[in-house]
Amino acid sequence: MSPNKKELQIAALQNGTVIDHIPSEQLFKVVSLLDIEKLKTPITIGYNLDSKKMGSKGILKIAGKFFEQDEINRISLIAPAVKLNIIRDYEVVEKKLLQLPDELTSIVKCNNPKCITNNEPMKTHFQVIDKKNVTLKCQYCELKIKKEDIVLL
Amino acid sequence: MKKGSFVSVADLSKEDIIRLMKKTESFETNPNQKLLEGKVCATLFFEPSTRTRLSFETAINRLGGRVIGFSDASTTSSSKGETLKDTIKMVSNYADLIIMRHHLEGAARYASEITDIPIINAGDGANQHPSQTMLDLYSIYKTQGKLENLTITMVGDLKYGRTVHSLLVGMSHFQPQFKFIAPEELKLPDIYKQFLEENKIPFQEYTEFSEDVINQSDVLYMTRVQRERFTDLIEYEKVKNVYILKNCMLNNSRDNLRILHPLPRVNEIAYDVDDNPKAYYFEQAKNGVFARQAIISDVLGII
Repeated sequence: MSPNKKELQIAALQNGTVIDHIPSEQLFKVVSLLDIEKLKTPITIGYNLDSKKMGSKGILKIAGKFFEQDEINRISLIAPAVKLNIIRDYEVVEKKLLQLPDELTSIVKCNNPKCITNNEPMKTHFQVIDKKNVTLKCQYCELKIKKEDIVLL
Repeated sequence: MKKGSFVSVADLSKEDIIRLMKKTESFETNPNQKLLEGKVCATLFFEPSTRTRLSFETAINRLGGRVIGFSDASTTSSSKGETLKDTIKMVSNYADLIIMRHHLEGAARYASEITDIPIINAGDGANQHPSQTMLDLYSIYKTQGKLENLTITMVGDLKYGRTVHSLLVGMSHFQPQFKFIAPEELKLPDIYKQFLEENKIPFQEYTEFSEDVINQSDVLYMTRVQRERFTDLIEYEKVKNVYILKNCMLNNSRDNLRILHPLPRVNEIAYDVDDNPKAYYFEQAKNGVFARQAIISDVLGII
Protein backbone atom coordinates (compact mmCIF):
# COMPACT_ATOMS: atom_id res chain seq x y z
CA MET A 1 0.00 0.00 0.00
CA SER A 2 1.45 3.41 -0.92
CA PRO A 3 1.65 5.84 2.02
CA ASN A 4 -0.59 8.49 0.43
CA LYS A 5 -3.24 6.05 -0.52
CA LYS A 6 -5.01 5.47 2.78
CA GLU A 7 -7.46 2.71 3.17
CA LEU A 8 -9.52 1.73 6.16
CA GLN A 9 -8.67 -1.76 7.31
CA ILE A 10 -12.24 -2.33 8.46
CA ALA A 11 -15.48 -0.49 7.87
CA ALA A 12 -16.67 2.51 9.87
CA LEU A 13 -19.33 2.31 12.54
CA GLN A 14 -22.52 4.36 12.79
CA ASN A 15 -23.32 3.98 16.52
CA GLY A 16 -21.43 1.98 19.10
CA THR A 17 -18.01 1.45 20.59
CA VAL A 18 -14.64 0.95 18.97
CA ILE A 19 -12.02 -0.68 21.16
CA ASP A 20 -8.66 -0.05 19.56
CA HIS A 21 -5.04 -0.93 20.32
CA ILE A 22 -5.77 -4.29 21.87
CA PRO A 23 -2.60 -6.39 21.93
CA SER A 24 -3.27 -9.14 19.35
CA GLU A 25 -2.50 -11.93 21.79
CA GLN A 26 -5.14 -10.60 24.23
CA LEU A 27 -7.90 -10.00 21.68
CA PHE A 28 -9.91 -13.13 22.31
CA LYS A 29 -9.54 -12.80 26.07
CA VAL A 30 -11.00 -9.30 25.76
CA VAL A 31 -13.87 -10.70 23.69
CA SER A 32 -14.64 -13.23 26.37
CA LEU A 33 -14.24 -10.83 29.35
CA LEU A 34 -16.66 -8.35 27.79
CA ASP A 35 -19.15 -11.14 27.02
CA ILE A 36 -19.15 -10.05 23.40
CA GLU A 37 -20.20 -13.45 22.08
CA LYS A 38 -23.53 -12.95 23.86
CA LEU A 39 -24.36 -9.72 21.98
CA LYS A 40 -26.83 -9.82 19.09
CA THR A 41 -25.68 -6.62 17.32
CA PRO A 42 -23.20 -6.59 14.38
CA ILE A 43 -19.61 -6.85 15.56
CA THR A 44 -16.40 -6.58 13.55
CA ILE A 45 -13.36 -8.25 14.98
CA GLY A 46 -10.01 -7.20 13.52
CA TYR A 47 -7.09 -9.43 14.37
CA ASN A 48 -3.37 -9.10 13.61
CA LEU A 49 -3.81 -5.69 11.99
CA ASP A 50 -0.79 -3.51 11.26
CA SER A 51 -0.04 -0.92 13.89
CA LYS A 52 2.78 1.64 13.83
CA LYS A 53 2.79 1.79 17.63
CA MET A 54 2.34 -1.84 18.50
CA GLY A 55 3.44 -3.79 15.43
CA SER A 56 0.33 -5.94 15.53
CA LYS A 57 -2.97 -5.08 17.12
CA GLY A 58 -6.55 -6.13 17.47
CA ILE A 59 -9.65 -3.97 17.16
CA LEU A 60 -13.31 -4.49 18.07
CA LYS A 61 -16.16 -2.54 16.53
CA ILE A 62 -19.36 -3.17 18.36
CA ALA A 63 -22.54 -1.67 16.96
CA GLY A 64 -25.21 -0.37 19.29
CA LYS A 65 -23.31 -1.10 22.50
CA PHE A 66 -22.05 1.42 25.04
CA PHE A 67 -20.14 -0.05 27.96
CA GLU A 68 -20.44 0.97 31.59
CA GLN A 69 -17.14 1.99 33.17
CA ASP A 70 -17.00 -1.06 35.44
CA GLU A 71 -17.72 -3.33 32.47
CA ILE A 72 -14.78 -2.01 30.48
CA ASN A 73 -12.51 -1.89 33.50
CA ARG A 74 -12.68 -5.68 33.49
CA ILE A 75 -10.21 -5.66 30.60
CA SER A 76 -7.80 -3.15 32.14
CA LEU A 77 -6.01 -6.03 33.80
CA ILE A 78 -5.01 -7.69 30.49
CA ALA A 79 -5.02 -4.76 28.04
CA PRO A 80 -4.27 -1.59 30.02
CA ALA A 81 -3.36 0.60 27.01
CA VAL A 82 -6.62 0.06 25.15
CA LYS A 83 -8.48 3.08 23.76
CA LEU A 84 -12.26 3.28 23.59
CA ASN A 85 -14.01 5.48 21.09
CA ILE A 86 -17.69 6.10 21.56
CA ILE A 87 -19.30 6.63 18.17
CA ARG A 88 -22.59 8.36 17.50
CA ASP A 89 -23.65 9.03 13.90
CA TYR A 90 -20.18 8.17 12.53
CA GLU A 91 -18.52 10.73 14.82
CA VAL A 92 -16.27 10.03 17.78
CA VAL A 93 -18.15 11.77 20.59
CA GLU A 94 -16.04 10.50 23.47
CA LYS A 95 -12.70 8.84 24.02
CA LYS A 96 -12.18 6.73 27.10
CA LEU A 97 -9.01 5.40 28.61
CA LEU A 98 -9.05 2.44 30.88
CA GLN A 99 -8.09 2.67 34.47
CA LEU A 100 -7.26 -0.15 36.75
CA PRO A 101 -9.99 0.16 39.37
CA ASP A 102 -9.24 0.23 43.12
CA GLU A 103 -11.18 -2.99 43.54
CA LEU A 104 -11.86 -5.98 41.31
CA THR A 105 -15.02 -7.97 41.91
CA SER A 106 -15.60 -11.38 40.30
CA ILE A 107 -12.74 -11.00 37.81
CA VAL A 108 -9.75 -12.64 39.44
CA LYS A 109 -9.52 -16.04 41.10
CA CYS A 110 -7.69 -16.28 44.42
CA ASN A 111 -4.59 -18.45 44.13
CA ASN A 112 -4.95 -19.72 47.68
CA PRO A 113 -6.81 -23.07 47.64
CA LYS A 114 -7.65 -22.57 51.33
CA CYS A 115 -9.25 -19.18 50.68
CA ILE A 116 -12.95 -19.01 51.54
CA THR A 117 -13.67 -17.72 48.00
CA ASN A 118 -12.54 -21.07 46.55
CA ASN A 119 -14.78 -23.01 48.93
CA GLU A 120 -18.07 -21.08 49.10
CA PRO A 121 -20.45 -20.00 46.34
CA MET A 122 -19.45 -16.31 46.52
CA LYS A 123 -17.84 -13.47 44.59
CA THR A 124 -14.14 -12.72 44.79
CA HIS A 125 -12.96 -9.25 45.85
CA PHE A 126 -9.47 -7.91 45.36
CA GLN A 127 -7.97 -4.57 46.31
CA VAL A 128 -5.45 -3.20 43.81
CA ILE A 129 -2.69 -2.27 46.25
CA ASP A 130 -0.10 -1.28 43.62
CA LYS A 131 -1.47 0.10 40.35
CA LYS A 132 1.92 0.61 38.73
CA ASN A 133 3.22 -2.92 39.18
CA VAL A 134 -0.28 -4.44 39.38
CA THR A 135 -0.35 -6.16 42.76
CA LEU A 136 -3.66 -7.39 44.13
CA LYS A 137 -4.69 -8.34 47.65
CA CYS A 138 -7.52 -10.74 48.38
CA GLN A 139 -10.08 -9.06 50.62
CA TYR A 140 -10.65 -12.36 52.42
CA CYS A 141 -7.49 -14.41 52.91
CA GLU A 142 -5.26 -11.30 52.44
CA LEU A 143 -3.01 -13.10 49.91
CA LYS A 144 -1.02 -10.69 47.75
CA ILE A 145 -0.88 -11.64 44.08
CA LYS A 146 1.69 -10.25 41.66
CA LYS A 147 0.83 -9.44 38.04
CA GLU A 148 2.43 -12.57 36.57
CA ASP A 149 0.46 -14.82 38.94
CA ILE A 150 -2.99 -13.37 38.26
CA VAL A 151 -5.54 -15.96 37.15
CA LEU A 152 -8.83 -14.73 35.71
CA LEU A 153 -12.10 -16.37 36.65
CA MET B 1 -11.44 -0.68 62.26
CA LYS B 2 -14.71 -1.52 60.55
CA LYS B 3 -17.34 -0.79 63.14
CA GLY B 4 -18.66 -3.80 64.96
CA SER B 5 -16.34 -6.62 63.93
CA PHE B 6 -12.86 -7.75 64.87
CA VAL B 7 -11.42 -9.64 61.93
CA SER B 8 -7.83 -8.68 61.17
CA VAL B 9 -5.00 -6.85 62.93
CA ALA B 10 -4.48 -4.89 59.71
CA ASP B 11 -7.87 -3.19 60.30
CA LEU B 12 -6.75 -1.71 63.62
CA SER B 13 -5.44 1.84 63.88
CA LYS B 14 -2.98 2.94 66.54
CA GLU B 15 -5.91 4.49 68.44
CA ASP B 16 -7.87 1.22 68.27
CA ILE B 17 -4.92 -0.67 69.75
CA ILE B 18 -4.36 1.87 72.53
CA ARG B 19 -8.07 1.88 73.40
CA LEU B 20 -8.06 -1.94 73.59
CA MET B 21 -4.92 -1.88 75.78
CA LYS B 22 -6.65 0.45 78.26
CA LYS B 23 -9.77 -1.69 78.29
CA THR B 24 -7.71 -4.85 78.81
CA GLU B 25 -5.99 -3.14 81.74
CA SER B 26 -9.34 -2.29 83.32
CA PHE B 27 -10.52 -5.91 83.01
CA GLU B 28 -7.32 -7.13 84.59
CA THR B 29 -7.97 -4.85 87.57
CA ASN B 30 -11.62 -5.85 87.75
CA PRO B 31 -12.36 -9.03 85.77
CA ASN B 32 -15.93 -9.61 86.91
CA GLN B 33 -18.08 -6.93 85.34
CA LYS B 34 -21.64 -7.87 84.42
CA LEU B 35 -21.61 -6.00 81.11
CA LEU B 36 -23.12 -8.81 79.04
CA GLU B 37 -26.15 -9.43 81.25
CA GLY B 38 -28.94 -10.73 79.02
CA LYS B 39 -26.68 -11.20 76.00
CA VAL B 40 -26.10 -14.47 74.15
CA CYS B 41 -22.71 -15.06 72.55
CA ALA B 42 -22.13 -17.83 70.01
CA THR B 43 -18.76 -19.56 69.84
CA LEU B 44 -18.64 -21.34 66.48
CA PHE B 45 -15.52 -23.48 66.31
CA PHE B 46 -15.60 -25.12 62.88
CA GLU B 47 -12.09 -26.26 63.74
CA PRO B 48 -11.31 -27.36 67.29
CA SER B 49 -9.11 -25.15 69.46
CA THR B 50 -9.69 -25.85 73.11
CA ARG B 51 -7.34 -23.19 74.46
CA THR B 52 -8.80 -20.31 72.46
CA ARG B 53 -12.40 -21.41 72.99
CA LEU B 54 -12.02 -21.74 76.77
CA SER B 55 -10.36 -18.35 76.92
CA PHE B 56 -13.24 -16.70 75.02
CA GLU B 57 -15.90 -18.56 77.00
CA THR B 58 -14.22 -17.59 80.28
CA ALA B 59 -14.22 -13.97 79.11
CA ILE B 60 -17.97 -14.16 78.31
CA ASN B 61 -18.76 -15.80 81.65
CA ARG B 62 -16.79 -13.18 83.57
CA LEU B 63 -18.81 -10.53 81.76
CA GLY B 64 -22.06 -12.22 82.79
CA GLY B 65 -23.08 -13.31 79.28
CA ARG B 66 -24.40 -16.67 78.11
CA VAL B 67 -22.72 -18.96 75.61
CA ILE B 68 -24.12 -21.14 72.83
CA GLY B 69 -22.10 -22.85 70.14
CA PHE B 70 -20.11 -25.87 69.08
CA SER B 71 -16.50 -26.92 69.47
CA ASP B 72 -16.24 -29.20 66.47
CA ALA B 73 -17.91 -28.82 63.08
CA SER B 74 -18.39 -32.58 62.66
CA THR B 75 -21.48 -32.32 64.89
CA THR B 76 -23.07 -29.54 62.82
CA SER B 77 -24.81 -29.04 59.49
CA SER B 78 -21.60 -27.86 57.86
CA SER B 79 -20.61 -31.53 57.84
CA LYS B 80 -23.78 -32.12 55.79
CA GLY B 81 -22.60 -29.56 53.26
CA GLU B 82 -24.29 -26.42 54.60
CA THR B 83 -22.49 -23.30 53.42
CA LEU B 84 -20.80 -20.97 55.90
CA LYS B 85 -23.24 -18.28 54.82
CA ASP B 86 -26.26 -20.33 55.86
CA THR B 87 -24.75 -21.27 59.23
CA ILE B 88 -23.89 -17.64 60.00
CA LYS B 89 -27.34 -16.41 58.90
CA MET B 90 -29.02 -19.00 61.10
CA VAL B 91 -26.91 -18.28 64.21
CA SER B 92 -27.36 -14.53 63.68
CA ASN B 93 -31.03 -15.05 64.48
CA TYR B 94 -30.14 -16.44 67.91
CA ALA B 95 -27.08 -14.59 69.19
CA ASP B 96 -25.89 -11.01 69.82
CA LEU B 97 -22.32 -11.80 68.84
CA ILE B 98 -20.45 -14.54 66.96
CA ILE B 99 -16.95 -15.67 67.84
CA MET B 100 -15.73 -18.03 65.15
CA ARG B 101 -12.77 -20.15 64.24
CA HIS B 102 -12.56 -21.69 60.80
CA HIS B 103 -9.98 -23.67 58.85
CA LEU B 104 -10.52 -21.58 55.69
CA GLU B 105 -8.71 -18.27 55.28
CA GLY B 106 -10.97 -15.24 55.00
CA ALA B 107 -13.95 -17.02 56.58
CA ALA B 108 -14.39 -14.40 59.32
CA ARG B 109 -14.23 -11.48 56.87
CA TYR B 110 -16.88 -13.12 54.73
CA ALA B 111 -19.05 -13.82 57.78
CA SER B 112 -18.79 -10.15 58.81
CA GLU B 113 -20.16 -9.16 55.39
CA ILE B 114 -23.24 -11.36 55.52
CA THR B 115 -24.52 -10.56 59.01
CA ASP B 116 -25.32 -7.43 60.98
CA ILE B 117 -24.18 -8.79 64.32
CA PRO B 118 -20.49 -8.41 65.28
CA ILE B 119 -18.04 -11.14 64.26
CA ILE B 120 -14.88 -11.83 66.24
CA ASN B 121 -12.24 -13.82 64.39
CA ALA B 122 -10.80 -16.51 66.65
CA GLY B 123 -8.51 -17.75 63.87
CA ASP B 124 -9.04 -18.30 60.13
CA GLY B 125 -6.62 -20.92 58.83
CA ALA B 126 -3.09 -19.61 58.45
CA ASN B 127 -4.33 -16.06 57.98
CA GLN B 128 -5.21 -14.20 61.18
CA HIS B 129 -5.61 -14.78 64.89
CA PRO B 130 -6.08 -11.21 66.06
CA SER B 131 -7.12 -11.89 69.67
CA GLN B 132 -3.76 -13.66 70.16
CA THR B 133 -2.08 -10.53 68.86
CA MET B 134 -3.98 -8.37 71.34
CA LEU B 135 -2.84 -10.49 74.25
CA ASP B 136 0.73 -10.43 72.91
CA LEU B 137 0.57 -6.65 72.60
CA TYR B 138 -0.92 -6.35 76.07
CA SER B 139 1.79 -8.58 77.52
CA ILE B 140 4.42 -6.31 75.98
CA TYR B 141 2.59 -3.17 77.13
CA LYS B 142 2.24 -4.48 80.67
CA THR B 143 5.79 -5.76 81.12
CA GLN B 144 7.53 -2.86 79.40
CA GLY B 145 5.16 -0.10 80.54
CA LYS B 146 4.85 1.08 76.92
CA LEU B 147 4.65 -0.11 73.33
CA GLU B 148 6.91 2.53 71.76
CA ASN B 149 10.57 2.15 70.81
CA LEU B 150 11.14 -1.45 71.82
CA THR B 151 13.55 -4.00 70.39
CA ILE B 152 11.71 -7.23 69.73
CA THR B 153 13.51 -10.41 68.81
CA MET B 154 11.53 -13.19 67.20
CA VAL B 155 12.89 -16.72 67.16
CA GLY B 156 11.97 -19.94 65.37
CA ASP B 157 9.38 -20.42 62.64
CA LEU B 158 9.02 -16.96 61.15
CA LYS B 159 7.75 -18.27 57.82
CA TYR B 160 4.50 -19.97 58.83
CA GLY B 161 3.99 -18.47 62.31
CA ARG B 162 0.90 -16.31 61.91
CA THR B 163 1.31 -14.90 65.45
CA VAL B 164 4.67 -13.52 64.32
CA HIS B 165 3.20 -11.87 61.23
CA SER B 166 0.25 -10.35 63.07
CA LEU B 167 2.46 -9.05 65.88
CA LEU B 168 4.66 -7.31 63.29
CA VAL B 169 1.62 -5.54 61.88
CA GLY B 170 0.25 -4.66 65.33
CA MET B 171 3.60 -3.28 66.56
CA SER B 172 4.23 -1.33 63.35
CA HIS B 173 2.44 1.74 64.79
CA PHE B 174 4.91 2.07 67.67
CA GLN B 175 8.41 2.58 66.15
CA PRO B 176 9.80 -0.85 67.03
CA GLN B 177 13.05 -2.47 66.00
CA PHE B 178 13.00 -6.14 65.07
CA LYS B 179 15.57 -8.90 65.11
CA PHE B 180 14.64 -12.14 63.37
CA ILE B 181 16.35 -15.41 64.21
CA ALA B 182 15.34 -18.36 62.03
CA PRO B 183 16.78 -21.22 60.00
CA GLU B 184 17.11 -20.58 56.28
CA GLU B 185 13.96 -22.61 55.48
CA LEU B 186 11.78 -20.71 57.95
CA LYS B 187 12.90 -17.13 57.34
CA LEU B 188 10.41 -14.27 57.42
CA PRO B 189 8.61 -14.09 54.01
CA ASP B 190 9.53 -11.24 51.66
CA ILE B 191 6.09 -9.62 51.80
CA TYR B 192 6.57 -8.93 55.51
CA LYS B 193 10.06 -7.56 54.94
CA GLN B 194 8.57 -5.27 52.30
CA PHE B 195 5.89 -4.22 54.77
CA LEU B 196 8.57 -3.28 57.32
CA GLU B 197 10.60 -1.38 54.72
CA GLU B 198 7.55 0.55 53.55
CA ASN B 199 6.86 1.53 57.16
CA LYS B 200 10.55 2.41 57.74
CA ILE B 201 10.91 -0.12 60.54
CA PRO B 202 14.48 -1.32 61.01
CA PHE B 203 15.19 -5.05 61.22
CA GLN B 204 18.09 -7.49 61.15
CA GLU B 205 18.07 -11.18 60.28
CA TYR B 206 20.21 -13.89 61.87
CA THR B 207 20.47 -17.63 61.49
CA GLU B 208 22.41 -18.01 64.73
CA PHE B 209 20.60 -17.78 68.08
CA SER B 210 23.26 -15.97 70.08
CA GLU B 211 23.43 -14.37 73.52
CA ASP B 212 24.65 -11.25 71.83
CA VAL B 213 21.28 -10.69 70.13
CA ILE B 214 19.33 -11.60 73.29
CA ASN B 215 21.34 -9.00 75.23
CA GLN B 216 20.15 -6.23 72.89
CA SER B 217 16.46 -7.15 73.23
CA ASP B 218 13.52 -5.94 75.33
CA VAL B 219 11.21 -8.75 74.25
CA LEU B 220 12.13 -12.27 73.16
CA TYR B 221 9.24 -13.84 71.24
CA MET B 222 9.83 -17.59 70.93
CA THR B 223 7.95 -19.89 68.52
CA ARG B 224 7.93 -23.58 67.81
CA VAL B 225 10.01 -25.05 64.98
CA GLN B 226 7.75 -27.81 63.66
CA ARG B 227 9.09 -30.88 61.95
CA GLU B 228 6.25 -30.97 59.38
CA ARG B 229 7.29 -27.56 58.03
CA PHE B 230 10.50 -28.95 56.56
CA THR B 231 10.76 -30.39 53.06
CA ASP B 232 14.26 -31.58 53.87
CA LEU B 233 14.30 -33.61 57.08
CA ILE B 234 18.11 -33.58 57.20
CA GLU B 235 17.82 -29.81 57.45
CA TYR B 236 15.33 -30.21 60.33
CA GLU B 237 17.66 -32.54 62.21
CA LYS B 238 20.42 -29.96 61.83
CA VAL B 239 18.42 -27.03 63.20
CA LYS B 240 15.96 -28.59 65.66
CA ASN B 241 18.18 -28.05 68.68
CA VAL B 242 19.68 -24.74 67.57
CA TYR B 243 16.72 -22.52 68.44
CA ILE B 244 16.33 -23.59 72.04
CA LEU B 245 16.44 -21.00 74.79
CA LYS B 246 18.35 -22.09 77.91
CA ASN B 247 18.51 -20.23 81.19
CA CYS B 248 22.29 -19.74 80.93
CA MET B 249 21.76 -17.66 77.78
CA LEU B 250 19.96 -15.01 79.82
CA ASN B 251 22.77 -14.15 82.23
CA ASN B 252 23.65 -10.81 80.65
CA SER B 253 20.25 -9.90 79.27
CA ARG B 254 18.52 -6.61 80.02
CA ASP B 255 16.61 -6.37 83.32
CA ASN B 256 13.41 -5.50 81.47
CA LEU B 257 13.71 -8.44 79.04
CA ARG B 258 10.65 -10.68 79.02
CA ILE B 259 10.24 -14.00 77.21
CA LEU B 260 6.97 -14.53 75.38
CA HIS B 261 5.65 -17.62 73.64
CA PRO B 262 2.16 -18.13 72.14
CA LEU B 263 2.13 -21.72 73.54
CA PRO B 264 1.98 -24.68 73.29
CA ARG B 265 5.69 -25.07 73.82
CA VAL B 266 7.48 -28.28 72.96
CA ASN B 267 11.20 -28.05 73.60
CA GLU B 268 12.14 -24.59 72.34
CA ILE B 269 12.29 -23.17 75.86
CA ALA B 270 14.21 -25.33 78.33
CA TYR B 271 12.35 -25.98 81.58
CA ASP B 272 15.06 -24.27 83.62
CA VAL B 273 13.89 -20.97 82.09
CA ASP B 274 10.44 -21.30 83.72
CA ASP B 275 11.73 -20.17 87.13
CA ASN B 276 13.53 -17.17 85.73
CA PRO B 277 11.55 -14.00 86.53
CA LYS B 278 12.02 -12.98 82.91
CA ALA B 279 9.85 -15.90 81.75
CA TYR B 280 6.42 -14.47 81.04
CA TYR B 281 4.64 -17.04 78.85
CA PHE B 282 2.23 -18.37 81.47
CA GLU B 283 1.10 -14.89 82.55
CA GLN B 284 0.85 -14.07 78.85
CA ALA B 285 -1.79 -16.79 78.43
CA LYS B 286 -3.69 -15.43 81.44
CA ASN B 287 -3.80 -11.99 79.79
CA GLY B 288 -5.75 -13.67 76.98
CA VAL B 289 -8.97 -13.63 78.99
CA PHE B 290 -8.67 -9.90 79.78
CA ALA B 291 -7.77 -9.07 76.18
CA ARG B 292 -10.80 -11.01 74.95
CA GLN B 293 -13.08 -9.28 77.47
CA ALA B 294 -11.83 -6.00 75.99
CA ILE B 295 -12.45 -7.15 72.40
CA ILE B 296 -15.96 -8.42 73.16
CA SER B 297 -17.04 -5.25 74.98
CA ASP B 298 -15.44 -3.13 72.24
CA VAL B 299 -17.27 -4.75 69.30
CA LEU B 300 -20.58 -4.55 71.19
CA GLY B 301 -19.95 -0.88 71.93
CA ILE B 302 -20.20 -1.43 75.68
CA ILE B 303 -18.09 1.03 77.76
